[in-house]
Amino acid sequence: MNRYESTIIITPVLSDEDLKNRLKSFRDFLEKNGATNVTDEHWGLKKLAYPIEKKRTGVYHIFDFEAPGDVIEKLELQYKRDESILRFLTISLDKYGVEYADKRKKGQVGKSKVKKDNKPKEEVING
Amino acid sequence: MASQNQQIRYLTAVKLGNKNKKYCRFKKMGIKFIDYKDPEFLLRFVNEQGKILPRRITGNSLKYQRKVSTAIKRARQLALMPYVTDLYK
Repeated sequence: MNRYESTIIITPVLSDEDLKNRLKSFRDFLEKNGATNVTDEHWGLKKLAYPIEKKRTGVYHIFDFEAPGDVIEKLELQYKRDESILRFLTISLDKYGVEYADKRKKGQVGKSKVKKDNKPKEEVING
Repeated sequence: MASQNQQIRYLTAVKLGNKNKKYCRFKKMGIKFIDYKDPEFLLRFVNEQGKILPRRITGNSLKYQRKVSTAIKRARQLALMPYVTDLYK
């Protein structure tokens, strides 16, 4: 069992209901294939840094789950079959990644970390 | 005599600016995992064009420079960060 994090970008064209159904189908698919502790993180509509398939925005959604390795292949096949998915990226988390992901869920990491790091950058520029 | 020796001489070498020593911020802050979902943070390891800055400028240790570069590449794939920025201007 490995811990995985799978991010997908869905077309902004879909209706809310359609979107929900699709996300639910992926979630069901995961659970059916032996993934446990499935959690969602929905970012909603976001501007893309560059256009993909002539679209400038996309809906971001992240699945976080524990699963045996052979599930990933099946999951990505499902992604490829679905035309509404612009991009997907699945990574396996190492032990530090798991720690970070757990903290992130509790809301312990985020903006405070960025603020701390502001100072050293300025020093580098001056030096 | 004075007109011949116009150059000013110092007994000790003059310090030209006080350079701060570079250091690896991940080692110092104890950050173990670099998140690809946080483009604002990753933006400081990238120049205006969106290219990854070398270690000699950021001061990262090799271990974390590698992690930074994979994180940036993942962020690029997910359109959180641009591959090139000068196209938009």
